[in-house]
Amino acid sequence: MSEVTLAEAVNMALHHEMARDDDVVVLGEDVGTNGGVFRTTAGLKERFGFKRVMDTPLAETLIAGTAVGMAVQGLRPVAEFQFMGFIYAGMEQMISHAARMRNRTRGRLTCPIVYRAPFGGGIHAPEHHSESTEALFAHIPGLRVVMPTSPRRAYGLLLAAIRDPDPVVFLEPKRIYRAVTQTVDDDGAALPLDTCFTLREGDDVTLISWGAAITETLQAAARLADQGLSCEVIDVATLSPMDRETLLCSVAKTGRAVIVHEACRHGGLGAEVAASLAEAALLDLQAPVVRVTGYDTIMPYYRNEQAYMPQVADIVEAVEQVVAL
Amino acid sequence: MKERYEFTVDGHTYLGADGVPVRDLPALADDTERVLAGYRNMVLARTFDAKAIALQRTGQCGTYPSVLGHEAIGSAVGQCMAADDVLVPYYRDHAAQFLRGVTMTEFLLYWGGDERGSNYRDCPEDLPVAVPVSTQCCHAVGVASAFRVRGERRAVLCSVGDGGTSKGDFLESVNVAGAWQLPVVFVVQNNQWAISTPARIQSGSRTLAQKGISGGLPSHRVDGQDYFAVSAVVAEALERARTGKGASVIEAVTYRYGDHTTADDATRYRSADELRRAWEQDGVKRLQTWLYRQGHWDEEREQAWLAKCKQQVDGAVSDYLATEPEPPTAMFDYLFETLPAELIPQYQRLQRKAEGGDR
Ligand SMILES: Cc1ncc(C[n+]2csc(CCOP(=O)(O)OP(=O)(O)O)c2C)c(N)n1
Ligand SMILES: [Mg+2]
Repeated sequence: MSEVTLAEAVNMALHHEMARDDDVVVLGEDVGTNGGVFRTTAGLKERFGFKRVMDTPLAETLIAGTAVGMAVQGLRPVAEFQFMGFIYAGMEQMISHAARMRNRTRGRLTCPIVYRAPFGGGIHAPEHHSESTEALFAHIPGLRVVMPTSPRRAYGLLLAAIRDPDPVVFLEPKRIYRAVTQTVDDDGAALPLDTCFTLREGDDVTLISWGAAITETLQAAARLADQGLSCEVIDVATLSPMDRETLLCSVAKTGRAVIVHEACRHGGLGAEVAASLAEAALLDLQAPVVRVTGYDTIMPYYRNEQAYMPQVADIVEAVEQVVAL
Repeated sequence: MKERYEFTVDGHTYLGADGVPVRDLPALADDTERVLAGYRNMVLARTFDAKAIALQRTGQCGTYPSVLGHEAIGSAVGQCMAADDVLVPYYRDHAAQFLRGVTMTEFLLYWGGDERGSNYRDCPEDLPVAVPVSTQCCHAVGVASAFRVRGERRAVLCSVGDGGTSKGDFLESVNVAGAWQLPVVFVVQNNQWAISTPARIQSGSRTLAQKGISGGLPSHRVDGQDYFAVSAVVAEALERARTGKGASVIEAVTYRYGDHTTADDATRYRSADELRRAWEQDGVKRLQTWLYRQGHWDEEREQAWLAKCKQQVDGAVSDYLATEPEPPTAMFDYLFETLPAELIPQYQRLQRKAEGGDR
């Protein structure tokens, strides 16, 4: 057991699974010799060789589509996009092929692919490196969308994603790649791909979040506890398919919900959560569901990026608003 | 009957690595003022580069891509372009952009995380740098198509890296440029690395210029550290474009002396020895040597110019550092021409927060 960061936990899971299963291959830009721009694939090429750890040409359509070809041949490709901002050229392959191959061939060919991408703001990155567009993927039937927020969950969820028989978009919140360390046991134990994680129990309000915004959500919960308000904090983690059951159970208990995400508001997954609560938990709700999100604007360059991102104070304010009702 | 199709890529070098011409120089070499201006701009770009990296290292600028090794290409390109041509740059085109009129302050603002850095005051039709690699190639053929539609004698110059030629964007653009005979010149700045990926595994293509042949375009390979070679070939290609003879691809072979960006550490993937050998090709030094030998330039003028560059760069840095950030509400101001009513409450909320200080 060792103390590792989220980025290192990703690396551990990749090592574990490549050692366990010869069909697992890794591909992407700078993933081999360089070990990835965030070091998440460091050491893989040295250990497993360049045939299984492939530095690809600079071509995202190729990365996404080659993975489809590999997968229908029985490999388990883990394809990395260097940043989510550069995934878009690969989306045709992901949407029109990876997500549908099982359906198109009535199960004859399948795509057990993991598409990994770091995403999100807050690290002073250049233009196009800071957006959170998870909703684009969660909208696509046939794709799973998974997002870890701690080293242990990164390890367990990535193992599960690689072992899953279908394509998984695995989004890594890069702002917390190295924010905390945790002991992670390299025991090969996967976590479920359809279960939310309740990070803090509480009775007054349910805070529903995912990605790096979990950090501020937990801080807000701690601050509110000082004010005598008890918040339950749920990390949705598996954004699609989503574990609605856990969310509904929590709201049945608290009667109030605040949703927090970094992505912009309109058409964001907060809307999906809120709609689910409205459909199935309306009678449990004692206040309208409130969302704390990024604005419906282009993610500002870094001088103003903090103004875009949901802050602890915004979450506190939203909670105060729902408990006032 | 067996048919055979043959294609060629012409290679061009005028000035050897030691700064001595390997053949008769092109006519433009007689234009001493032009060559000196090109050289001075290369030195300016290099001076700026060192300063921008220092700013990043001290937390005063964001991630920044170094121009080291690309100065000759940029200077030549910037000089060959006519004022009403359009530059569709990538992020290592500092030297060309300076000549087009992009200010060093604008450069710093952009990499310093401020959108105003792309609001070029002095070259209003040039595109901003494209960070998503190779995507700009499609814009370039679009701009060229606009010229064609309107029957204008103007050309587009589009830059892209070696890595960028692996994407469909480049290949699709080359293809349509040939099909529609568009007035566009693609300059592939082959610095032999795409972050950690060496040219050898980026493509099986022996030259990158030959990718132009796939679109039916005249394709050239020039020594990208040879100011004369780049100038001569780019000037001719732009003239072809402007006179309705169609597009070209020019691969300019150089070397990325710096890390990919300030976020990279190139020692992880390339040897000190390779880097040392690459420095022997340095295009700035090469042109300097030639200018000294011709008696057009000397150590005294060099020192005076370096001092001037430092002064200009320092001035740009002070302007940059003195530029107050935009109010956060600026994120709404350029979203649409007029802010949709639906977004006004969000705007107002942000405004209240911004005014309320650190709430
Ligand atoms: C579409 C896309 N994919 C990945 C990246 C990340 N990235 C930025 S620059 C770069 C390498 C570019 O290499 P090259 O085209 O040779 O240009 P150079 O940086 O060497 O000048 C990569 C992979 C990006 N910006 N855009
Ligand atoms: Mg390159």
